[in-house]
Amino acid sequence: MDGLKRGAAAIAGAAESDLGQVADGMSPMDLCAQGISRALADCGLALKDVDGLFCAMTQQRMSIVSLIEYLGIAPKFIGSSMTGGSSFEFHVAHAVAAIQAGLCNVAVIAYGSTQRSVGRKQASQREVNPYETPFRPFLPASAYALAASRHMHQYGTTREQLAAVAVAARDWALLNPAAWEKKPLTIEAVLASRMISYPFTVRDCCLVTDGGGAIVITSAERAKSLKKPPAYILGCGHGVTHMNISSMPDLTVTGAKAAGEAAYKIAKLSAKDVDVVELYDAFTVNTILFLEDLGFCRKGEGGAFVSGGNIAPKGGLPVNTNGGGLSYCHPGMYGLLILIEAVRQLRGECGARQVAKHDVAMVHGNGGVLSAQASVILGTGATV
Amino acid sequence: MPNAATSPLATYISHLEKGELAYQFSPAANRAVFFPRVICPFTGSDTLEWRISAGRGSVYATTVVYPAEGAPFNVALIDCDEGFRLMNRVDDVAPEQVKIGMRVKFRVHRPGGEEPPMPVFSPEAA
Repeated sequence: MDGLKRGAAAIAGAAESDLGQVADGMSPMDLCAQGISRALADCGLALKDVDGLFCAMTQQRMSIVSLIEYLGIAPKFIGSSMTGGSSFEFHVAHAVAAIQAGLCNVAVIAYGSTQRSVGRKQASQREVNPYETPFRPFLPASAYALAASRHMHQYGTTREQLAAVAVAARDWALLNPAAWEKKPLTIEAVLASRMISYPFTVRDCCLVTDGGGAIVITSAERAKSLKKPPAYILGCGHGVTHMNISSMPDLTVTGAKAAGEAAYKIAKLSAKDVDVVELYDAFTVNTILFLEDLGFCRKGEGGAFVSGGNIAPKGGLPVNTNGGGLSYCHPGMYGLLILIEAVRQLRGECGARQVAKHDVAMVHGNGGVLSAQASVILGTGATV
Repeated sequence: MPNAATSPLATYISHLEKGELAYQFSPAANRAVFFPRVICPFTGSDTLEWRISAGRGSVYATTVVYPAEGAPFNVALIDCDEGFRLMNRVDDVAPEQVKIGMRVKFRVHRPGGEEPPMPVFSPEAA
């Protein structure tokens, strides 16, 4: 994606829909529409300004078509790439390309899920793989657990270090009024929780909640004229290595490496320039793998890096400041919510959880079982 | 061009019915291919040979699944000596005793009913 121009477009508006447990009968499309309405209000635009539309979800097979029907608009450019939880990071790159090419001016990316209300099985149908399904892996958890087993074997990573990720996420969540989890968590409590797929207890696994939201992307020029300071899109990149965990080439190295490198190259930045990291923590091992693969520490040192509160509030590197998929909200395809949090951090809107220096944010989405990785680097006006 | 007479999956299962663990070999890439498919993922070549594994390998990654009901069980990724990896399980040992690097050997498990035969592994030493 070298053709993407650094800072050519920006996220101008961002908002969550209702989160956690939504009202009875609320549909994924209702949540998309809530998010869109709030995100447009956030930047001072209206539905009539939207001429680009992106959507992905598990509960509607043709979600972009359903969303066009719901909104009653006729966008000039639409996209619905489906890579699981990283779909929205892909959509950001596609929206920038479309805006650069003059195919649309104001692109909205939306998501909604009622997986808590309707049940996870109902929300997301499992596919049968004749080479995996007979062995009854508890997916997605078992796939990530297999990766964790490999990281522990090769690098001596411990269950306590995995638990430190969950505790840091909880500490951030306690500073976020919108977070699902409201009580403190300790490493001991993580280890003593119900085992799901070794080495993961239920506290190493993301939440199952409802939720959604939307972001509004427009040209840098137009974004400057809107209500809020733009979050400039400095770089995008992706790496897709497999679909099923049995086809992942190396369980300790993810497509985040290629994704991050591509995004840094366009952004002309490196990990040391990043002030805040919002990454997709479906399981505790994700945070360790992605911090390594995105260059925040060396391969194999992620366990030590996340320990001792280093990624928690007041730590060395703020990671998942909303509380993450582990403690804030996880509606199934969480990747849109990390873009929203990064925008708010860059603007300085985050109250008790606001990080002190907030010019550059790394947003990293994960889809499938470490399968489809996509990075988006965002920056304030000071970076362009 | 006439339609293919059989699918990669049907060929794989027909070998299991004979007690064999089959995999594909790509002459163009000079390496094993698994899961079975119609073109080589390393070269794009449509020439893939079927070969029979010696059924020996080692555990690459392992987990123990704790179901809501029933006993915990093992799920593992096995690296076969011919250079392909597959999801599987290691039987005849407690699930938490399955360790990375453990040498394992293949046998056919026949679940019965409508279920096709499947490969399973057990410790080589057993």
